[in-house]
This record gives sequence, structure tokens and C-alpha cells, in this order.
Amino acid sequence: MSLLEVDGLTVHFRIRRGLSRRSDDVVHAVDDVSFAIEEGETLALVGESGCGKTTVARAVLQLAQSASGSIRFQGKGLAGMKPRERRAAMRDIQVVFQDPYSSLSPRLTVHDLVAEPLRVHSHMRARDLERRVLSLLEMVGLGTQHLWRRPHEFSGGQCQRIAIARALALEPKLVVLDEPTSALDVSVQARILVLLDELQERLGLAYLFIAHDLAVVESVSDSVAVMYLGQIAERGPAGEVFDQPGHPYTVALLGSVPSPDPEARSGMRVLEGDVPSAITPPPGCRFHPRCPFCMPICEAEPPRPRMVGGRWIACHLADDFDLTGTTPGRAAERTVPHAG
Amino acid sequence: MGELLTVQDLKLEFRSMRGLVKALDGVNLRVHEREILGLVGESGCGKTVTGLAILGLVQRPQAEITGGEIRFRGENLLERSETAMQRLRGREISMVFQDPLASLNPVFQVGDQIVDVVRVHKGVSRKEAKETARRALAAVGLPPQDETLKRYPHQLSGGMRQRACMAMALACGSPLLIADEPTTALDVTIQAQILNLLLDLRESLGVAQVLITHNLGVAAQTCDRIAVMYAGTVVEEGPVAVVLKHSRHPYTVALYECLPHGRTASELKTIPGTVPDLIDPPSGCRFHPRCDHAFDACATAKPRPVQVGERHWVSCFWAEQQGGTRPVEAEA
Amino acid sequence: MEATALGRFADWRIRHRSSLEEARYGTRVFFKDRLAVVGVVIIVLVIAVAVFAPWIAPYPGQGRGQSNLQARFQGPSLHHPMGTDGEGRDVLSRVIFGARIPLYISFGVTVAIVLIGVPLGGIAGYFGGRIDEVIMRITDIFLAFPSLILAIAFVAFLGPSIRNVMIAIVVSWWPWYTRLVRGMAASLRQRPYIEAAKTMGVGHLTIIRRHILPNAFGPVIVQMTLDIGTVILAAAGLSFIGLGAQPPTPEWGLMVAEGREYILQQWWMGTFPGLAIFFLVLAFNLVGDGLRDVLDPRSKR
Repeated sequence: MSLLEVDGLTVHFRIRRGLSRRSDDVVHAVDDVSFAIEEGETLALVGESGCGKTTVARAVLQLAQSASGSIRFQGKGLAGMKPRERRAAMRDIQVVFQDPYSSLSPRLTVHDLVAEPLRVHSHMRARDLERRVLSLLEMVGLGTQHLWRRPHEFSGGQCQRIAIARALALEPKLVVLDEPTSALDVSVQARILVLLDELQERLGLAYLFIAHDLAVVESVSDSVAVMYLGQIAERGPAGEVFDQPGHPYTVALLGSVPSPDPEARSGMRVLEGDVPSAITPPPGCRFHPRCPFCMPICEAEPPRPRMVGGRWIACHLADDFDLTGTTPGRAAERTVPHAG
Repeated sequence: MGELLTVQDLKLEFRSMRGLVKALDGVNLRVHEREILGLVGESGCGKTVTGLAILGLVQRPQAEITGGEIRFRGENLLERSETAMQRLRGREISMVFQDPLASLNPVFQVGDQIVDVVRVHKGVSRKEAKETARRALAAVGLPPQDETLKRYPHQLSGGMRQRACMAMALACGSPLLIADEPTTALDVTIQAQILNLLLDLRESLGVAQVLITHNLGVAAQTCDRIAVMYAGTVVEEGPVAVVLKHSRHPYTVALYECLPHGRTASELKTIPGTVPDLIDPPSGCRFHPRCDHAFDACATAKPRPVQVGERHWVSCFWAEQQGGTRPVEAEA
Repeated sequence: MEATALGRFADWRIRHRSSLEEARYGTRVFFKDRLAVVGVVIIVLVIAVAVFAPWIAPYPGQGRGQSNLQARFQGPSLHHPMGTDGEGRDVLSRVIFGARIPLYISFGVTVAIVLIGVPLGGIAGYFGGRIDEVIMRITDIFLAFPSLILAIAFVAFLGPSIRNVMIAIVVSWWPWYTRLVRGMAASLRQRPYIEAAKTMGVGHLTIIRRHILPNAFGPVIVQMTLDIGTVILAAAGLSFIGLGAQPPTPEWGLMVAEGREYILQQWWMGTFPGLAIFFLVLAFNLVGDGLRDVLDPRSKR
């Protein structure tokens, strides 16, 4: 039994267009997404804007309503629980958001911020509370001198540490990290990633790591799920997906990332076109309008995710995967000239 | 390839509620014709301020340039009057910014905005200006039809908006473009498109560029030379392969090693300490409190740029000690 | 940590250092505005006068209402710097005693308005949906009437007295604060720190109390200070038309009314109380502006 099991998750939003409900637009933010996270493991959800990764995170955190599908945590479905039961179960799932400043209430002191989850779920005396808060702060590299200050007095990196300390207060099993380092400088990002790694080792935490920076994802995750327009294009062990991407979108995504090694100047592989709207996604495979290997079947039928070589790929070409290790995306690469 | 733009020892301060911020403390850089120079650094290092200062767009009286020169085609821009600077902006030096949505007026059609720029600088008829606008759109990879000209900014996607801004910037044929984080707000696949476009523009139009970014990958794949900034100075400037892979400055080395590319989280290196407060910066070399190789001189005097190779300068006493002006073999 | 009083005080100072620093910085910014400082001086003066009235007023008995029919309608003189009124009472003493009334009316009224309006606005903005609609429709009903007319109607219904004036103003004024806070609560509701709180299992009302209202307070305080002036004016106005304080109360508005008939001959009767109202309201407006610069610096004047 995995720690977190997401099965067929679908989330829709309505955007009011007119006075009547009939004229509303429906955003298919997340469509039939499935994945699992084991204890102590890091699963990364990557994708570009509009792919639905943040919505998946919010659904797991019970901040967004799922239209269908199930989310099972520690074996129990979250949706079916009564509010009190759910509240107790959610103690074990905590979150760290992207913007360090806006995720901390500006008028509270660091002590009150980190103590808040403890105040909600337990009755500790002030002195014990303070001691526990201090030990949490020490875990993230802060100290007594920070206890009574307010968020605006700290740097982005420090605020993110405060947010992490707060997330650890209830000793969760799973921490959802929504782009935790995107708003930070490179050197600060490195410190936070190192900290997250240490904490994971020490406390046996599982991470659901949402990010758009593929280099960061590669360095922190055990497994990765690549999302496009609300669906998972490819999912599998991080090392494999990055070394030998199977889905054409993954290939394009990895190829677009500029390497900081100027000598590895293979030229960025340019994927043409823009991301289509999530209100009217393309029929069939949602990636087909931009896919260099698009076949007639891709326009007609959405590909079912199939298990190929140890991972899930949602692509009609996946059947061409042969056991010598060439994946469909890469195989087709050799026959199609560089796009740019 | 001659020098198109030379910034020499540029100093800038601005007044804030808490005191005087010494934002730029001697910035030195060179941009040659048809060259793409990357201006890289973390937040607060002064890269955007430098870009704005070149165009004379720093807010007076809060901000003040207190020293140095900005030479464009031999002429010191700091001595130009504001009217003369207005003639220069958009015509000889153009700029695109991070958020294309904020750079375009939402109530005007994109075509009209480009036409406006052309007419202001070239004084031609509306019809001619429209032709120029169409050519500008084609140059940036947008369909040069009237359909595109008639669009409003919110009807375009992020990538297309940024292209429109670049069309506006290059419509009058500026030889130098300053791009301030032009792809930071874009998705990585769109970013690749825009970066390729920048390279393209250099090939087809011969536009030299200053590419301001905090992303070393962007700089590595797009720029010919880069200038690394820290706390208001350029600490190293040179060919991109040399500066990134064979750097002579401790900060550049440390920064490169912080990158997660190809490293697992436990392998990541970090830089001890924090970015200095520019109201009360460290004495001498501003990086010395965080530097592994700092010695006495570093705290007392500010290192000046010393040439350590072909078009490669470093501002660091330790680097000087290690072997100052030995020329480095030119990289391919 | 020692359990001594000094130790506890030091401890308190450490725990609240952030707020203390903010207060110090805010005071510095505030006092840069010279007009705001003038406002503060006037208010402090008026409060002092109100507190020490029995000792400052030259004729305390008359201040309270005692007549002295021999000294009627006397102009300003050494004995009566502001002259005497139709009942022979020293106007200066009456103005001094009258200082108490606008202060406790405005204070009481403003506190009541905030206690009613702010939580309602927080609840409406935070929950949205039907609760928001219900609360906003109720406030809309009250806001549909010009507040002064509404206040007049209430007082006329309840009977003229200072207490009823206060009730009337509270009833007609609270919707403004609900609307103000509701707007801010609605925008704050989306902030990540609110979502973080929900994830932690914090209850809705606690979220409103701990996260939304404190962050919405800046504009509320500014609005309160500006409104105090208007409330004073409204109360004086209601007394002026006879619906508020009744004779022989030395209420300034009432005194202006009493002096109205004699405005040409015995101008001092109505003018001095009128000036007192003017300066006090002006003072609160100046302080409100100064506070706005401190608490809400985004709104440039």
C-alpha cells in the first residue's frame, strides 16, 4: 500500500461567462491523473503553465474539489471522510508554497506562525510550545533571535525555512512542495534543496514536489510525472525518464532547457506553437498539434497510458518501444530532422 | 568587431527610506558589435539598474549616477541631454522587459503601438510606418498580416507578446538591444523559441544585445560573452565558456557549483553567508565576507578589473595573485 | 528567565520587539507630517480641557448650566473672554464643559460601529456565497438612505437625547465598515497564507480572527479617525436641529443653535462653540490623513 494513491483524478473549474450557468466555460484543469507516492519517496510533478500540476497538489490538499477519481492517503479515501476524520488525517499532509512571503501571515511573529498548527491540534502550555517551536526552527537553521520577528524582516530564503518549519510541526508523513524554490536565487535555492534533502533523510518524509524547473526536479526526485494540459504524458523513475525520455513532449521539454554548460551547445530543440487552451483542449491526444510525430490516430483517439519499460507513457507510439532500450520519442528522433 | 558600448566604472546611488543605497559600485563592461553579452547575477546585484542606467531611465532625483562613463559609439551618454536621450531610445538602443503584458498598452492594438514608435523616430507617413511594422513582425517570427497588427495585447499568448515587444524595439533598426529577463515569465518551451529568436536576430539583423538574466543556462546557450555581477559590481567578464567553465573569480565558481544541473541534492554546494545590505556594504571587495580565498587586502581595497585573457577581465585580488595577465587560449 | 517584574518586562519587550519597532518607525513617519502634528496637539488640548474642566473653567457652575440672569448678553471682556449667553452663563466655561460631549460620543459611537461592522464584513468577505449576499443586501438597505437622514429618522423615532443620537449614528454608519472590510477580506481570502491555515486545520472563524482581520486593520483605523470628525459633526448637527442634547446641556451644537437668533448682535454666543467644533473636526481629519500615510502608504494623496 502506497502512502498516497491518486487514481483517475479529474478536476474541473467553471468560469462565469454570462448570467446563466449554461454559458459558463469549463476548464479541464486535471483529467484522469493517476500516480502513487511511497513513504520516504519524492515524486515530482513537472510541466509548464496550465498543465494542472498545481491543481493536482491543491486537490491532494483538499483545497480543490475533485469532479471524479479518488485520493487515498494511508489506505483511506479522503473524499469520503467526515470533516473531523479528514481533519485528523490531514495532519499528516502539510504544504510549503511558492512565494515565501505571501504564504506567511504578515502580522504574525515567527513563533506564532510555526506554533499555529500545534495550537490547532494540541493543547500545549506556552513554555512547551515555545520549546517545540525553537527545536523546529533549529532543524531548519534558524534560532532564538528569529522567534519574535515578522516575515517582512527576513529574506526569501529564510521565509521559506520558516514555512518548512511550520510544515514539519505536526510531524507529517507527506509534504506537498509547490514550487518551493522558484522564487529564490540560485544560491539560496541550493541551500533550501540541501535542507529538504537532509530533512527527508532524518524524518523519513515523502515529498510531492511540484516544479517547472527540470534541473531542480532531476536533482531531487526519485520518480517524476510529466504533465501536459491536465494529463500525465509520462511517469516513471526520475533517472530513466531524464536519461531516456519516452513521450515526445518529454523529449521536447528536456531539449528546451538551456544547459549552463556552454560547451554542450547542441542548440535548443525548439517546440513550435503555444500551449492550447484548457477550456477547449485538442481532441485525441492533447499534444498532437505540436507533436513532430503526429499520426492520424493521434488526432482521433486519446492514447491510454501504457506500461512500457518500467514506466507509464501516454502515447500511441509507445507500442514501438523495443527492449533494446530505445524509446519511441528517441527512436523517431533519428528519422525527423532537428526542429530548429 | 569594434566596441559598441563601453560602461566604465559606473557608480549609482539611490535614496530609500532606510538610507542611501549604493546600488552600483563601479560597473565595467563592454559590448562589441553583433555580440550578445550576458549580464548575469542574482537578485539585487544591480543588473537591471545597469540596463536602465544605460538608457538613462533611472528615476531622478531618488536615483543618481555618481560616477563613471557610458560610451556608446564613442560618445558619453551621461553627457547627453534628456531630449537627445529620447532620440536615442528606441532608435539606437532599445529595451525589452520581463513582463510583456506590462510593457504593452492594453487599450491599443499592437500594430498601432509599433507604428507609433516608427513614426516618432522616422517621421514617415502612416502607410510607410505600417510597412515597417509588418517587416518588424516578420523579423520576430509573427505573421506580418494585418490580422496580427489589429490584435490587442491580451489576445496574444505570452510568447507572442514578447515577440511583439521585440518587434517594437527593433522596428527602427537599433544596433543594440537590452533585454531584461525577457524569458523569465515564459514557459521553458516558449523560452527556447525566444532565445533562438534572439540568436536569429543577431544573424539576420546584426543586432548586438545585452541579455540580463539570473539563469546561467540561458546565458550559456545564448551569449557570446558574459559579465557576472555581484552586489553592484561586475566581478568577471569574458567569453562565456571561459567564464563559466574556467572561471577565475570565486563567486562565479561558487555560483556555478550551486546549480542543480546534473547533481543530486546531496551534491549541491552552497555559498555561506547572505547577500550584503547595499546601504552598509562590506568594505573593500563586497564578496570578501563569503569568500573562501579572502585575505587582508580584500577587506581594505576594492579590486579593479585586470585582464586575464582574451577579452576576459576579473576583479579579484586572489585571481591576480594566482597569475594575472596570462592570456588564455581562445576557445572555439 | 527570572520571574521578577523587571525580567517579565524585558521578556515582554523581546516578544513584541517587532511591533515596538514598527510603532517607533510609524511614529517617526507620522510626526514628519506637520499638519498631523497640529491635529494631535489640538486633540490632546481638547482632551485635557475636557478632563480638567471643573478646575479650568472660570465659572464651573455656569458651565454646567446654572444661570446668572444679571449678566445676560455681555460681550467678550476680561471677566468673560467669550462673553455670556442669553441666560447669563459664561460662554467660555460652557465651551470647556462642552468638550466632554463630542469626545465620548465619538469614541463610543466609533467603537460600537467597529464592533458591529468589522466582524460582519470579515465574515461576508471570507465566506462569500450566500452568507456574503445576505449580509451585503442588509448593508445595502442601510446604505440606500443618506446616513444623516436615517439618523434623523431614528432620533425622531426614539426621542431627542444624546444617547439616542449615539444609537442613531451607530445604526446608520456601521454598513460602511462592513463594506470596507468585506472588500479586503474577499481579496485576502485568496492569499496563500490563508490556504496554508486551512491545510493546517485552522477553523474558519479563527482564520477570520487571526489572519484576515488583523491584516485588514490599517484602512479601518484610518477610516475610523476620519469618521470621528464626521460623527462629531453629525452629533452637533443633530443637536443643532434640536434632536440631540437638550438645554441646559453645554453641547456645542446646541449652543450654536441657541446663538443663531442673535448672530448679528451677540455674535459671540454661537461663534465660539462653532469654532470649537470646527477645530476639533479639523484636528481629527488632519490626524486621519497623517495616519493614512503611515498605515496605508499605497494611497498617494
